[in-house]
Amino acid sequence: MNKAIRLVIQVGLYVGFAVAVGWFSASPAYQYASGDMTTLKLSLSHAAHRVKPCVQLTPKEIAELSPNMRRTERCERERLPLTIQLEVDGEIIARVEAPPSGLWNDGPASVYERFEVSPGVHTMTARLRDSGRTDAWDYTHSETVTFEAGSYFTVTFRAESGGFSFR
Amino acid sequence: MGLVKQTLSGVFGKAERVFEYAFGQRNNPFTWLGALGWYFYWITAATGIYLYIFFDTGIVEAFASVEYMTNDQWYAAGIMRSLHRYASDALVVVVILHLLREFAMDRLRGKHFFAWLTGVPLLAFIYICGISGYWLVWDKLAQYIAVATTEWLDTLPFFAEPIANNFLNSTTLGGRFFTLMVLIHIFAPLFMLLLMWVHVQRHSGARVNPPRSLAIGTLAVMTALSLVYPAVSQGPADLDTVPAVVSLDWFYLAGYPLLDVIPGGQLWLYVVIGFVSFALLPWLPPEKTAPVARVSLPNCNGCSRCFDDCPFSALTMVPRSDGRPYEAEPIVNADNCTSCGICAGSCPTSTPFRRAGPIEPGIELPDRTIGALREQVMAPLPCADGKPRVIVFACDHSNAELLDGDGVRVIKLPCLGMLPPSFIDYSLSRRFADGVLLAGCAENDCYHRLGNEWTMRRLARERDPHLRQRVPMDRVRLAFLPAGAHRRRAKALDEFRSALGEVVDE
Repeated sequence: MNKAIRLVIQVGLYVGFAVAVGWFSASPAYQYASGDMTTLKLSLSHAAHRVKPCVQLTPKEIAELSPNMRRTERCERERLPLTIQLEVDGEIIARVEAPPSGLWNDGPASVYERFEVSPGVHTMTARLRDSGRTDAWDYTHSETVTFEAGSYFTVTFRAESGGFSFR
Repeated sequence: MGLVKQTLSGVFGKAERVFEYAFGQRNNPFTWLGALGWYFYWITAATGIYLYIFFDTGIVEAFASVEYMTNDQWYAAGIMRSLHRYASDALVVVVILHLLREFAMDRLRGKHFFAWLTGVPLLAFIYICGISGYWLVWDKLAQYIAVATTEWLDTLPFFAEPIANNFLNSTTLGGRFFTLMVLIHIFAPLFMLLLMWVHVQRHSGARVNPPRSLAIGTLAVMTALSLVYPAVSQGPADLDTVPAVVSLDWFYLAGYPLLDVIPGGQLWLYVVIGFVSFALLPWLPPEKTAPVARVSLPNCNGCSRCFDDCPFSALTMVPRSDGRPYEAEPIVNADNCTSCGICAGSCPTSTPFRRAGPIEPGIELPDRTIGALREQVMAPLPCADGKPRVIVFACDHSNAELLDGDGVRVIKLPCLGMLPPSFIDYSLSRRFADGVLLAGCAENDCYHRLGNEWTMRRLARERDPHLRQRVPMDRVRLAFLPAGAHRRRAKALDEFRSALGEVVDE
C-alpha cells in the first residue's frame, strides 16, 4: 500500500514536471506590439562631412612630403554629427542627432529607431543634414504613403542612390 | 546573505522531503540535479544531431524543413523536435535548481569556488544555445528574437552599422547571417560541453549520469509530453509584418520583454553586474579556511588509499622522496583540499588500537587529529537512566549536536568519511559505548561529495579500510539525513536506543 502511494506520488511529480515544462515552453503568450498600429523603422548609416573642409596643398607642400606619402589635400579626420527629422502630415514625429562613430569621430553615423504610427494614407517627409549648415537640409524626400496596420514601414537612406527611400 | 541561504535551504528541505518520500533517498532528483543537467544535455545533443539531418539551412527552406519534420515526419523527427525543445527547457530548470541548491547548501565558498566559477559562463552558454536554436526555425518567434536580439546588440558600441539592418524588411535579409546562426548553434553546445568537463574537473568520480530509474522515468515523461503536446512553429517569419503576439519559451526568453521597458544599454549593465556578482558569490563573505591535510611520511607506506578516496582530486601520488622502500607518497594540493578529512578516514594507520606512543597516521588534518578523536571516544560516557549509551559520529554539516545528552555523546567530524571504521570497533569492543550511530548528510548529498558513500562501503566491507567482521552490526546504525532534519535524527536515535536495549538485555 505504502509502495503504491509512493508510486502514485512519483508519477504525479513526473507529470507535474512535464506539465510545467510544456506549459512554460510556449505560454503565456506575449503581446510584443499592438497589431492595430504601424511600426516605422528608421535605419541608416552615413558619413557626414568633415568638421573642417580639406585644405588644398601647394606644389611646394606636396614636394616636401615623402614620395610615398604625397597627396593633394590635407583633411582633418573628425566628422560632423548627422541630424535626421521625420514628419508625418507636417508634424515632426522624430528628430535624431547621431554622432560619428570611431575613436576619432571619423566614422559614419548610424541610426536605428522604431516608432509606432497610426495607419492610413499620410504624407511622409524625411530630412537629413550632414554638412552642419543651419539654413536648410542637405537631403529631403517627401511622399504620400500608406501605413498598414500590423506592418513595418521602413525609412532608409543611401547617398549614392539619391537619398531616402520609403518602403 | 546568510538569511537568504537559510530561507532557500528551508524551502528546499520541504520540497525534498516530498521527493524523498516518492523516489527514495537514493534516487531523490534533488540530489541528482547536476547529473540530470548532463542527461538533458545529451538528450538535446542527440535529438539535435537527428534534426540536423533533415534541417535545411536556407532562409526560405529552413521553415519548410522544420514544418516537414513536425507534420510529415511527426512520428520520428517531430518527436525529436519536441524532445529537443523540452529537454533543453528541462536543462534550464535543473541547472537553476542546481545553482540555487548549491548556494543554499553553501557549497560554493572556499575551495568549492571552482565549480561555481566555471558554472557561471556555462549559464551564458546555455542561453546562447537555446536562443540561437529558436532563431533557426525562422518562424514568427524567430523573427521576434532576431529583431529584438540584434536591436539589443546594437546598443553596444561595437558595430559600425546596426546589425538589426539585416532584419529591416524582407529585401534586406541575407543568407550569411543565417549561416552564422547555424554555426553558433553547432559550436556553442560544443564549447558548452568543454566547459561542462572543466566544471567537474576538481571532482574525482564526478556523478554525470543519473540513476537508471530516474533516467528512464524522465525520458519517458518527456517523450509522453512530446506526443501529447508537440512543439510547433508559429507561422513563417515575415519581416514586413509585426509579430504582434508571440508564444515565448519563458525558460529561455523571459528576459526579452524587459527590452520593451528597460533601455538596451541599461539591460547590458544589469546583465554584466548580475554575472559578475554571481561569479563573486563564493567570496561574499570570504570563508575562513581550515588547515589542509598533512602527510606524515614516516607513517605512510604509500598505499594510495587516500588518493583513491579524495573527493576533490587534492592528492597526487609521486615517487618516494624519503628513501624508504615504498614506491610512492601522497602530496597535498592545498588549493584543492577542502579539509574534509576523508583521507585520514581512509588511512590504514588511523587506528585507535595502537598502544605504543601517540597516534600519528600517514595523513590527517592538523587541527582535528585522529589522536584527539580517540580522546573524545575514550572520555567517560555516563548514563543516569540506565539506557544504552550511544556515541554519535556526526558531520559538521548537520545539527546533530542537539542530540547530545545523558548517555549520548556527539562527536563531530568535518565529514563522516573521516571516521576510520576501526573507531567503531574500538568504541564497542572497549565498551566506551553500547552502540554507534553514524549521522551523515542525506544519501547522495554529502557536503564533501563522497563521505557517505565511502562510509557505507567501508561498513559493508567493500572498500578499504574495512570494518572488522567481529563488530556486531546490530550495534551500529546509519542515519543519513538532510542537514536540518533534527526531529528525524532524534527519532532515529530513540529507535536505535530502544533496539539496543533489547540487544544489551540479551
